[in-house]
Amino acid sequence: MDPKQPEEMPGEGLPLLEPGHTFGSITDKISSIVLTGRTPRFWYVCFGVAFIFVLVLLFCIAAVVSIGVGLFGVMIPVAWGFAIVNFVWWIGIGHAGTLISAILLLLRQKWRQSINRFAEAMTLFAVACAGIFPLIHLGRPWFAYWLFPYPSTMGIQPQFRSPLVWDVFAVSTYFTVSLLFWFLGLIPDLATLRDRARGRVPRFIYGMLAMGWRGSAQHWHRYESAYLLLAGLATPLVVSVHTVVSFDFAVAMVPGWHSTIFPPYFVAGAIYSGFAMVLTIAIPLRRLYGLEDFITLRHLKNMGIVMLATGMIVAYGYLMETFMAWYSGDIFEKYMMMNRMFGPYGWMYWILILFNILIPQLLWFRSLHTNELFLLAVAICVNIGMWLERYVIVVVSLHRDFMPSAWGMYSGTIFDYGVLAGTLGLFVALLFLFIRILPMISIFEMRELVHNEEGQSS
Amino acid sequence: MAESTVIKNQLPLYGLMAEFDSPEHLVDGARRAFDAGYRRMDAYSPFPVEGLAEAIGFHHTRVPLIVLIGGILGCVGGFFLQYWVAVIDYPINIGGRPLNSWPSFIPVTFELTILLAALFAFFGVLALNGLPMPYHPVFNVERFELASRNRFFLCIEAADARFDLDATRRFLEETGSLGTYAVEP
Repeated sequence: MDPKQPEEMPGEGLPLLEPGHTFGSITDKISSIVLTGRTPRFWYVCFGVAFIFVLVLLFCIAAVVSIGVGLFGVMIPVAWGFAIVNFVWWIGIGHAGTLISAILLLLRQKWRQSINRFAEAMTLFAVACAGIFPLIHLGRPWFAYWLFPYPSTMGIQPQFRSPLVWDVFAVSTYFTVSLLFWFLGLIPDLATLRDRARGRVPRFIYGMLAMGWRGSAQHWHRYESAYLLLAGLATPLVVSVHTVVSFDFAVAMVPGWHSTIFPPYFVAGAIYSGFAMVLTIAIPLRRLYGLEDFITLRHLKNMGIVMLATGMIVAYGYLMETFMAWYSGDIFEKYMMMNRMFGPYGWMYWILILFNILIPQLLWFRSLHTNELFLLAVAICVNIGMWLERYVIVVVSLHRDFMPSAWGMYSGTIFDYGVLAGTLGLFVALLFLFIRILPMISIFEMRELVHNEEGQSS
Repeated sequence: MAESTVIKNQLPLYGLMAEFDSPEHLVDGARRAFDAGYRRMDAYSPFPVEGLAEAIGFHHTRVPLIVLIGGILGCVGGFFLQYWVAVIDYPINIGGRPLNSWPSFIPVTFELTILLAALFAFFGVLALNGLPMPYHPVFNVERFELASRNRFFLCIEAADARFDLDATRRFLEETGSLGTYAVEP
């Protein structure tokens, strides 16, 4: 640790990196996962199963586009169904990557270094999955470009007073900036792969992608400057994205949506679900690929603590929503909360409280911080709980608003579930492709870590 | 343990390259080369080494300025894009709100500021570094492929005013390098 920071850092005592590693051994270990000629059998199994779901996704999208959005369960009064629930859920998952790579970089948290690369990749894939939903929800996705301002012959323009247009800009900016940040981080590692690859084809492909990177001191100097600036830009961006997503709800006047607590509460929820997804992926991966030396128990413990902290903010959000429903004295707000807790969808609310608030409280026990199976179980609970939270916010608020004559019930159709399962498959398939062809841990940052650890021990 | 490569032909060289086994030795070697009066040189390392760019006399980078320009362009351009759309090109009365309802334009202005600044940062650093550059003479040194693994290199270019094949070679050997190599152009 930095000698200037005498206070205890999270996870003190557990190593960030198992001892005995050198620049060479780290390079060889991480690049061999990509450059090996033999793809492990579990890769084929995982990718194969995920690819079946990709086909389900393609089938469902084709059906919805060619027949129409009537295949989804949406109707009046619940005009926003699974598509919006899933969109918000996936965007939230996408928040951990940028948080780990940008905010933890600015806070000089060295434990981010072995998890940032695949967390960033996870962000990209999660945002890609999220982007599918509003597109197919449009009904006529081939007109999606109408959302952008351009001098069209129709003489009309998008409405910049609407949060839905803000959303288009927020999500597309977020995807672009995450992609640039991720690729900039990859360039030195692509050069490593170029130099280590033995086949002509991989050497050519990695060589083209590395763009002639040669590790020059002047290049590194500019690179570090740009990397830090991108981190500084991505930090407010990541906070803004879910804030804008929450405006989609908060700017509307539906009880259960129209609330000023939404932006911070959505951002905390996004980080919460994002860390849960990173843990869900990291725990099996480090075992499958034997990366316990790099992704140590300390990383898992720290992510568990971040989950606990953000979970408490989310709990505060739930508490305040309930309190304000009572304190406002507004009969519609009060009814909304009673309906949320004890109405026809009440069971969902209680499962979400159990999964998001009660079960993660077990993370207070120190002995459970290093229990992988426990962390995995909690992370999966949080993933499900956060999906239910969005369902409760979107569907349960809409299904009974002001006039009882306009009430109705909603349930997803087989196509709703098909697209959800399909995007999960797409996410896993992209993740496994990424692991197979690109280094899932940042090699050059691990070399820096070795260098720093050496400097302390000597 | 200096193992010099015999220079086979007398074609003008790109420069001479020394290999080091640790970042500290590289910084030390680079500093000594700078003190000896060499200016046209570059150091190569598998990860960013603190103080290395300064050791070869490279202090300032224009990256922050480029990012600032990108951010300002995104901010001003983003706001006036919305102003032009909402006030000039497609004025439409929404609930009696003013056409230039600027508070609603802030989120998109903010996003475009970040977007342009990030694009300028990414393409700016590539442009300043002269990348993509598929060919560079340093790749002619066989050992140089270790520059992306665990070795550190210092290359003094023949274009330097003080470059002298024998003197520079002797100088590099005395810096405690593992080996000195001629870099073919």
